[in-house]
Amino acid sequence: MNPTEIMVSDADEKDVDTSRVAPIENPVLSMLRQDRLPHIWCPGCGIGTVVNCFSRALMSSGHDMNNVAVVSGIGCTGRVAGYMNLDSFHTTHGRSIPFATGLRLANPGLKVVVFSGDGDLFAIGGNHFLHAARRNLDMLIVCVNNFTYGMTGGQVAPTTPLKSTQSTMPFGNFEPPMNLPFVADAAGASYVARWTVFHIRQLVRAMKEGMEHKGFSFIEIMSPCPTLYLRRNKLGDGVDQVRYFKEHSVLKNGANTQDVAITATDPIVVGTFVERERPTWLDSRNAQLTATLGDRFVPYGGQNVQK
Amino acid sequence: MGKRIGMEVAVAVAEAVGLCNIDMAAVYPITPQSHIAEHLSDLVADGHIDCEFVTVESEHSAMSAVIGASGAGARSYTATSSQGLMLMHELLPIASAMRLPIVMGIANRAVSGPLNILNDHSDIMPQRDAGWIALFVENAQEAVDLSIAAFKIAEHKDVMLPVSVNIDGFQLTHMVEPFEMPTQEEVNEFLPPFVPHATLHPSKPVTMGAFAMSDYFTEIMKAKDEAVKASKKVIQQVFDEWGEKFGRPYKLVETYKADDADVMMLTMGSMGETAQMAIDELRAKGVKAGLVKLRLWRPFPFEELKAVIGNAKKLIVTDRACSFGGPGGPVFSEIKSALYAEARRPLIYNYIIGLGGRDVQVKEFVGMFENVLADTANKAADTYEFWGVRE
Repeated sequence: MNPTEIMVSDADEKDVDTSRVAPIENPVLSMLRQDRLPHIWCPGCGIGTVVNCFSRALMSSGHDMNNVAVVSGIGCTGRVAGYMNLDSFHTTHGRSIPFATGLRLANPGLKVVVFSGDGDLFAIGGNHFLHAARRNLDMLIVCVNNFTYGMTGGQVAPTTPLKSTQSTMPFGNFEPPMNLPFVADAAGASYVARWTVFHIRQLVRAMKEGMEHKGFSFIEIMSPCPTLYLRRNKLGDGVDQVRYFKEHSVLKNGANTQDVAITATDPIVVGTFVERERPTWLDSRNAQLTATLGDRFVPYGGQNVQK
Repeated sequence: MGKRIGMEVAVAVAEAVGLCNIDMAAVYPITPQSHIAEHLSDLVADGHIDCEFVTVESEHSAMSAVIGASGAGARSYTATSSQGLMLMHELLPIASAMRLPIVMGIANRAVSGPLNILNDHSDIMPQRDAGWIALFVENAQEAVDLSIAAFKIAEHKDVMLPVSVNIDGFQLTHMVEPFEMPTQEEVNEFLPPFVPHATLHPSKPVTMGAFAMSDYFTEIMKAKDEAVKASKKVIQQVFDEWGEKFGRPYKLVETYKADDADVMMLTMGSMGETAQMAIDELRAKGVKAGLVKLRLWRPFPFEELKAVIGNAKKLIVTDRACSFGGPGGPVFSEIKSALYAEARRPLIYNYIIGLGGRDVQVKEFVGMFENVLADTANKAADTYEFWGVRE
């Protein structure tokens, strides 16, 4: 059926025989815990788009959904764990990566995806990010960067652009923001990409790549927070921001991550910046202990064990 | 005299702290505390207070930063809630051991899990043994008054200890209430400029937080205990001074219609006012009911509590947290041990109420009294019960 056939305005509704119109179900509904809906995200927020892309990535990945777990921290993006129809952990603020580390190592066959925000992953939990990347733990980190602490009322975050107004920076932010792909690259992440919520096809593909990639994968997704970031900075609504992402994004696969910092004037560099082969933590451990202990060591997880 | 105004309590607390000539504030966002931090940052940005305000990366860093600032001799303030306070936990005993007069506002909120953002006291109770002075407030006026008085208590040379001001999250922090805001001149007269007694100093270098093994550790702990116990006298002195200056006297243990009471209830924090209405209802029915409101949790006011319990036959202790698998609520076990050695003591009942923001209404407080009065065989004495739980 052509979708336009069922588009009717409220005024016309009573004149239309709706019994002939087949209800259209959202194609990713089966991936969501429908009893938890409606979700808490504001109109114009980009997190729903990210969840939609993630659902599509999962559905087309061919993975057994019983073998995928989502781990979230605290904040607006932290709510994702509660809405996905998967095994999920909603952890404390900043600790999603340590929880995910335990989960992944206790069950090495599991696909573990960490879904959290910029404040959670890079402020209160920043230390964990560095060490998980250094260890090349086999997991995907999806970071929705909305430049603020949305859940608590729009306080300044480690990603807030310079000069932006926030509830704890009433005259403009003077703290330089973090360049997240550069941090991930420097710490040792073996897959690093950045997209925006405008780039939905690329995002679905990147999420699939990130899940298939062996090692620590990091995807930064720039996303509008209309209620607390855009409104306070007079940047319009969610659609305006997505239009901005569309018009100001420049694709540079393999870009030097030092050059992809977000500024007020430069274009937003998107693409896959890093894709490299490095032994994961389990592979390194198995190799080192096998080399030292020989037959006395039984390898665990990693490439040696197919689950 | 200050003007009587209406304001959201969290904002009022920030305004009150803004009158205290603070030098440094470090705060991390957390519901329901965030409005204190946001308004403080406004006051700093607008030039109302000459203070460094740093938006740190976690509560652990917030407490660490104010310990550093206080160690440098700065009057320092922070505020938090729930998980934030739990994350600060590691540093709380260090602040008190270093005798740093930090003041912290706590917008009390339930601790995870499950994740909950609403009010109870499960965040402050695990901090009981940190060596901090812990004050509880019941309304906007008390939140404003004690947030200011806390600096004077903390910085007194016989105290030199950090102070937490516990303000029930949402139930208090997000209410708009009428109160009298002291003027800057009045606060200046009441609270003299901070004279640090033990800080880092370039001409007299010291090491703070140095290593102490079994040869000195016990003595240092004993010294801390003595300091916390001795602070009780100063706290009452500061409350008396506040009463003289502002006409609102405070006590370590407050009472309502307690003098001739046969059956009493004990509350901490904002539920005291609701319980007060229950007392009025019961009195109207001829029940000799009375209320005890614990304002000071640490140091524990043993003598003051015993004095107000008087000849009551039954005492209902309400708790906003539970010590799982333990003796019941933490306040209950404290009151029991406080009255253990008394020749005459009331039968003590414990209700664990208002967890995770659950409302407790006047009729429910009346219900607790009725239950206890109906227990003529004293079967429920010395036990605890989750009030209103669905089983």
